[in-house]
Amino acid sequence: MKQNTRNMLDRIYKAQNLMDAACEALGRQINIMEVCGTHTVSIFRNGIRSILPKNLKLLSGPGCPVCVTDQGYIDTVLQLADRDDCLIATYGDMIRVPGKDRSLETKQAKANVKVVLSSEDALQLAKDNTEKIVVFVAVGFETTAPATAVVVREAAAGSIDNFCILSGHKLVVPAMRALLSGKNHNINAFLCPGHVSVIIGYGAFAEIVEDFGRPCVVAGFEPVQIIEGLCEICRQLSAGKAKLKSIYSAVVTEKGNTAAQQTIDECFEPVDGYWRGLGKIEKSTLKLRDKYSRFDAFERFNITETPGEERKGCRCGEVLCGLIEPPECGLFGQNCTPQEPVGPCMVSSEGACAAWFKYGQEKRRKR
Amino acid sequence: MRASKHDKILLAHGGGGQLMDELIRHHILPSFKNDTLAELGDSAKLNVESSSLCFTTDSYVVKPLFFNGGDIGKLAVYGTVNDLAVAGSKPVALALSLIIEDGFEFELLDKILANISKAARQSNVDIVTGDTKTVEAGAADKVFINTAGIGVRLAGVNLGFQKITVGDTIIINGTIGDHGMTIISQREDMKFQSQLKSDCAALAALICELLEKTSGIRFMRDPTRGGLAATLNEITRSTGLSIEIHETAIPVKPAVQAAADMLGFDILTIANEGKFIAIVSPESADDCLNICRNHPLGKDAMIIGEVVQTRDVPLVEIETRIGGKRIVQMPYGRELPRIC
Repeated sequence: MKQNTRNMLDRIYKAQNLMDAACEALGRQINIMEVCGTHTVSIFRNGIRSILPKNLKLLSGPGCPVCVTDQGYIDTVLQLADRDDCLIATYGDMIRVPGKDRSLETKQAKANVKVVLSSEDALQLAKDNTEKIVVFVAVGFETTAPATAVVVREAAAGSIDNFCILSGHKLVVPAMRALLSGKNHNINAFLCPGHVSVIIGYGAFAEIVEDFGRPCVVAGFEPVQIIEGLCEICRQLSAGKAKLKSIYSAVVTEKGNTAAQQTIDECFEPVDGYWRGLGKIEKSTLKLRDKYSRFDAFERFNITETPGEERKGCRCGEVLCGLIEPPECGLFGQNCTPQEPVGPCMVSSEGACAAWFKYGQEKRRKR
Repeated sequence: MRASKHDKILLAHGGGGQLMDELIRHHILPSFKNDTLAELGDSAKLNVESSSLCFTTDSYVVKPLFFNGGDIGKLAVYGTVNDLAVAGSKPVALALSLIIEDGFEFELLDKILANISKAARQSNVDIVTGDTKTVEAGAADKVFINTAGIGVRLAGVNLGFQKITVGDTIIINGTIGDHGMTIISQREDMKFQSQLKSDCAALAALICELLEKTSGIRFMRDPTRGGLAATLNEITRSTGLSIEIHETAIPVKPAVQAAADMLGFDILTIANEGKFIAIVSPESADDCLNICRNHPLGKDAMIIGEVVQTRDVPLVEIETRIGGKRIVQMPYGRELPRIC
């Protein structure tokens, strides 16, 4: 075995032992929520749940950008896709999310929906298709918002007037606050998102620790980092403490990437916005500032964002809040599968339902 | 050297007249010189050494047509040859059908035909019959190829799902995901630069050697579309047995893994074009591994797992590198790039 593999396994065993002892000392059920889709996928893909103490439960929170996007926004995108003068540029995860009127994938046949890998690709589409208005489906957290801001500035500087964005960008901390302010939540601590923390800095989570007394630990995406993060949380809980800690110090600083923060701030302002499952959250969604309003698809097409209706029987909202696990939804695995998804959590590769369906063992064994 | 006065394929090149004759005689026949094809009969007459045959067909619609490590022509030969070989036969003859879009450049067609010819020679098969059709612009994407192949079954070899039993060992002849990640990264609309290279290769020689020199091989399959995940799930579905594989044993090139991680793909679901898995008896596993490792197409061969008893329902499970366990699902069929 290679030395670095040996070292990694040694660190995992050590963390596992400490975590086992902490959880045993606690003697009750512990619920830790991860708020990042990449964590969710890494946890499932590496089989981390299978090696955790029995009384430690992981909840997959609102960390997948596609999943938290409200149905009303999805339906708005689908309406724009029907317009002959529009070309929709979207990240791949969005195209199979079902709306009132099918999904973007079905509209793709009309050739007015293009999958892009970056916001730059979307702007290039606008330059290449001057006869169309290119609408960039701008979703994601603080991680993707700076890239959207950059192209909006480029479009403004280059007067690329056939480009606009439908901003569905969301902020992580207001969602965490909303979750903890809810009556029924059962969250003991947060495993905070690594990528988002690179941008906003781990200091941004201090208010969660101070106001709600919940441990917040920022971790990377390697299995060893996740397990060490969970171990740190268990030890804090067992010691009756709630602290803010980053164990992802190689890339996350307390203040984060201030240049990226300034870029976001220069282009966007936080406004109240709708989230799937969480409803309307104060100052949680990014809207283009007035000086860029001509690139705002909401303004351009005179759309008012209204909350959409969840599809019948879909419990994605409760999954996102950690209130139920995906197999508890009546549709899971039967009427809602990655092939025929009903809710977005089954569509996105980072969605909790998709991860459960793809990697989970329990449900499959019982069936 | 181009023999036609046209630069591009016209609809008339498939019309059965003079232009079609010119296409066949000046472009296709010279690429695949053999007596059977030269007769240009309505059917090829074959003399084979056995009446026990394998017969298969496959269509190729890859985009882009040319990619690092191969092209649609090579794929069309290797894919069918490999399908014959994993069924336990020695490939002897191929049929080749081309469906060409109006306006396709002759220069590219000649390049593809040259690669088909080279791949057939390497695989020791003749192209003995074929067909060419042309369709209007937009009705096909440049060129589609179908090949069908005949193989003579190797004496004493009888592979099948029913031969697989608990305790059997699973061997793969090398790294996974190379072909799929090369194609994905080279797709025009992905604009994703990389140094990846497809593994597309003819496996018949190595497979025939394995089947001739060892006796414990129960089943073979090439994990193409859907990757290792699909092939292993097909086995559990067909046998009712379960499979356990070990993540640390599965060979993956670091660049391929990095590309898959970046785009959010599970490497187990990514296509291969030069790989087979062999399910072998535990006693013959070492012999099989040695034969593979002494062959250029098997130098990275590994034992990746074993067939195990089913507990509730047949499952493919993977032991992860940290000692955790998870299931490996049949892939959905269309992987999407992720957001971040």
